[in-house]
Amino acid sequence: MAEAPGRAAVAEKAKAAPFKAKIKPIEDKIHCWPYLVRSEFVCSVIIMVVLMVWSIYINAPMEEPANPTNTPNPSKAPWYFLGLQEMLVYFDPWMAGVVLPTLIIVGLMVIPFIDVNPKGNGYYTFEERKFAITMFLIGFLVLWTSLIVTGVFLRGPGWNLFWPWEVWDPHKVVALTNVDLPYWGPFKYLGNPKVFGVELVGLTAITIYFALGVAFWFWKSKTSPTLQELGPIRYGIVASLVLTMMGLPIKMFLRIAFNIKYIWVTPWFNI
Amino acid sequence: MINLKDLKKTIFESQVWRSIFRHDYADTPRNRTLQVMSNVWMHLHPPKIRRHAIRVRFTWCMGGITFLLFLVLTVTGVVLMFYYRPVAEYAYADMKYLQFDVPFGMLMRNMHRWAAHGMVLTVWLHMFRVFMTGSYKSPREFNWVVGVLLLTLTLLLSFTGYLLPWDQLSIWAVTVGTNMARATPLLGHEGPFAQVVGVTPRYDARAFLLGGTIVGPPTLLRFYVLHCIFLPILASLLMIVHFWRIRKDGGISGPV
Ligand code: HEM
Repeated sequence: MAEAPGRAAVAEKAKAAPFKAKIKPIEDKIHCWPYLVRSEFVCSVIIMVVLMVWSIYINAPMEEPANPTNTPNPSKAPWYFLGLQEMLVYFDPWMAGVVLPTLIIVGLMVIPFIDVNPKGNGYYTFEERKFAITMFLIGFLVLWTSLIVTGVFLRGPGWNLFWPWEVWDPHKVVALTNVDLPYWGPFKYLGNPKVFGVELVGLTAITIYFALGVAFWFWKSKTSPTLQELGPIRYGIVASLVLTMMGLPIKMFLRIAFNIKYIWVTPWFNI
Repeated sequence: MINLKDLKKTIFESQVWRSIFRHDYADTPRNRTLQVMSNVWMHLHPPKIRRHAIRVRFTWCMGGITFLLFLVLTVTGVVLMFYYRPVAEYAYADMKYLQFDVPFGMLMRNMHRWAAHGMVLTVWLHMFRVFMTGSYKSPREFNWVVGVLLLTLTLLLSFTGYLLPWDQLSIWAVTVGTNMARATPLLGHEGPFAQVVGVTPRYDARAFLLGGTIVGPPTLLRFYVLHCIFLPILASLLMIVHFWRIRKDGGISGPV
């Protein structure tokens, strides 16, 4: 209930500021019959024809009978899950297979409740919602799609990278030179300090990473109207989701550029 | 040349035609409304919508195509169910039977398979367009949430169906997919804090899903029941809510 006045103020402001719609609003209404029903019919016919022709010419895949003793290399999940399988390269299964997918679903569900920008409702615009659209494009187009493409086209035996024109060599040996963050570069001179078996280097790195979100709040919340509209709770959710999402490209970069495997190793889990 | 007008007249005013159809359809606003209002199937639509809502450029038709593919999947799926038995000894043979002996069996199987892949794609594109038009904003927040559940169900439907041919492709894809469940924090035997809860390989989240420790005959039965009964019913219920909410939220979103 506490947020009711905030909502009202936001709506008030929306009314005051003119919308800049690309597609100009058309006020008149038209009958569904025949206009909508007609295009639905045409669309259905086109889809059905394409599907039939496609199905007549291209057969669904069918391999040898299931054989639990013969593991194919590589074993790939269905293509729409290859984004998750690809994340397994960079994160342990509890993270890539359970926590991140859950966060994707929950994160998508909370979008309407954390996006308090009243503009851009019902028309295409980039100008009026730059942050929301940029984040969605990074998550959906850049990360999700590129991981699927990598998984479908570039992964071969041993989950090694192969270009499409390369022959899959099941015996390809890739040197495993990955190190954990505490043993890498400048950190190795710290002697891997631990408290109760928990590494401090990784803990500090991750704490600093998420503290950036908190620091940004204290730095900007006084002056930024956007942050004030969001309020601390919504901001907290946005920041955690964004930082977690960006954790993936960051870890990919650390792995590819510096061969870093885990940032943080604990007796219970590794990140 | 045949005069079309005359031809139309000859047909529509012939005794035979008149005996079937008493009078013709008068294109009046009242009749247009009645076409929608007094037909249980057309009734999904409101009598009138805003003009911009039928622009392909606005909706990309993606929600509608997703629904169409769901209907195709239901029909072809029922046909496949007549021939398919979810038993490890029979499943693969039944697929081969469908492929080679059942009239139009291969076509049904292909359509089912490709429509399923298509549906995953169109549901993603639908979500993409709904995001890009900001249509999840008030008052449509809840319908977006229902949509995300539908998206999840679509993926689960696809995934459970993937196992049913019981060939090398399917069991290993499902093995890879379900292996992650053993790493569930607290509930999987290889997940963080598994010792605290005391789960074992035979008694954890993955074993519950598979009905055993490997993708075996019990898994086939489980996935079959989920794929053909539980998930489709759940998805249908949510679609009812989804469509109903589109109307109650004031129709397709548009600039105010
Ligand atoms: C099985 C899956 C789904 C089906 C069959 C379906 C069907 C539809 C249909 C037919 C429409 C009418 C407008 C259009 O065609 O674009 C619609 C609108 C809508 N859908 Fe879905 N949908 C599905 C999944 C989703 C998903 C995954 C989301 C979002 C995450 C979503 C959110 C919405 C919203 C918010 C609207 C209202 C859009 C507006 O008013 O402009 N739906 N849906």
